[in-house]
Amino acid sequence: MIHCYQLGGYNIVLDVCSGAVHAVDELAYDMIGQFEQSSETELLNAMQKKYPQVPREELQECYGQINALREDGQLFTPDVFEPMAGKLKEKSAGVIKALCLHVAHTCNLNCAYCFASQGKYNGERAVMSFEVGKQALDFLVEHSGSRHNLEVDFFGGEPLMNFQVVKDLVAYARSIEKTAGKNFRFTLTTNGMLIDDDVIDFANREMSNVVLSLDGRKEVHDRYRVDYAGNGSWERIVPKFQKLVEARGGKNYYMRGTFTHYNPDFLNDIRQMLDLGFTELSMEPVVCAPDDPAALTEEDKKIVLEQYEKLAELMLERDREGMPFTFYHYMIDLRGGPCIYKRISGCGSGTEYMAVTPWGDLYPCHQFVGDEHFKLGDIWHGLNNPEVQGQFASCNVYAKPECRDCWARLYCSGGCAANAYHATGSITGVYETGCELFRKRMECAIMLAVARSAENAEE
Amino acid sequence: MKHIVTLKTRNLCESAAKGGCGECQTSCQSACKTSCGIANQKCENTNSVKENK
Repeated sequence: MIHCYQLGGYNIVLDVCSGAVHAVDELAYDMIGQFEQSSETELLNAMQKKYPQVPREELQECYGQINALREDGQLFTPDVFEPMAGKLKEKSAGVIKALCLHVAHTCNLNCAYCFASQGKYNGERAVMSFEVGKQALDFLVEHSGSRHNLEVDFFGGEPLMNFQVVKDLVAYARSIEKTAGKNFRFTLTTNGMLIDDDVIDFANREMSNVVLSLDGRKEVHDRYRVDYAGNGSWERIVPKFQKLVEARGGKNYYMRGTFTHYNPDFLNDIRQMLDLGFTELSMEPVVCAPDDPAALTEEDKKIVLEQYEKLAELMLERDREGMPFTFYHYMIDLRGGPCIYKRISGCGSGTEYMAVTPWGDLYPCHQFVGDEHFKLGDIWHGLNNPEVQGQFASCNVYAKPECRDCWARLYCSGGCAANAYHATGSITGVYETGCELFRKRMECAIMLAVARSAENAEE
Repeated sequence: MKHIVTLKTRNLCESAAKGGCGECQTSCQSACKTSCGIANQKCENTNSVKENK
């Protein structure tokens, strides 16, 4: 399967199954599009008609270049990966390597669009005790098999409302990681309200990554991200984020925003983040019920798709000005990205990745917390829901009929199970709006790679 | 005349030989939390680095 598209002045051809990316001229673009449907003579005659000024030898040369790539396994590569689907999960059955620790099911902000219902996940307010967190870390080490790198997210609600436990858990993990032969990588996701010098010092020392929630423009951010008195949080958190990022000295962080029906023109929010001095950015479409006022409409979607293209243009402009920035969804490592096993396995939710509630229950991921049907077990007694575990273990890109004909399937590996479930009632369903946005992001990300490669070659 | 410029990419078919170590980051852990994409993940298998050389 190939995917051909034109963007940013480039003609781009992706060979889906080999992962090859080709930037081609107009003649090759047309020829590749018809290559499989026509004989050589038919194709050359058709091209001769369309490009009368091009000598026949030139057409033949172009045909030869396409054919050489096909023979070399870089064009029209057949999909032979289906038998490998599920192998990675089989190989690592029972291995858990990442936990999302819900250290606080409570929040000091009251954001109406929060998928976690203001941190409570449709349940009671609660914070995780050190004992529960310690048991979760022990559970992780015990179930991590030969995995060296273990990932732990401090998540909520607002995790800094339980900061002492976060600090104690990190200290505990550090005290056991050497003996256990593990390397803990911690992430903290915070709304910023409780950031102070102590938090900054701790986060910059211990967190591999910090995710800072900022929606961009003040009026956009303050529409949803308000305290319980209804006051916006932008003025209070921005200086704290700036201080934290400056002190971070280049270590990983993301400014993570959500865009909704009220700001489909999210590029303006990206620009605001840049103006504030932030360069590692992520903006996500809101996840909510279709009848929620925040939900993106079909009209919004058109704007969002256009914004993604403009964002790619802005990134190239900023590259040229020597002021580059990162957009999470446009990061793509074409040379050293994930192997095919990873690409067809899905995200790992419910198998190698689980969420832990403040009282120690296990769920397939943070987005399933609060839905009893998906409870997998707990950190004391282990997993005891083989039916749901089985569903997640067999969930891969080939388990989703709609993905079979999609060119982006090896970039998304079947998409988010939670989004699929909420949109269709099944984790092997497909959240079509999410897919549409994802495909546009991938087209932009690959165009950026092509443009950067071309611009580097010119230098 | 060169009609096609091919970017250097990891060959996915070849990655089947040495891939599947499971050391790479779990998708969605680092930033998005509400979607899934594996394209921005880094391979952490030291064997696969050799595969590309």
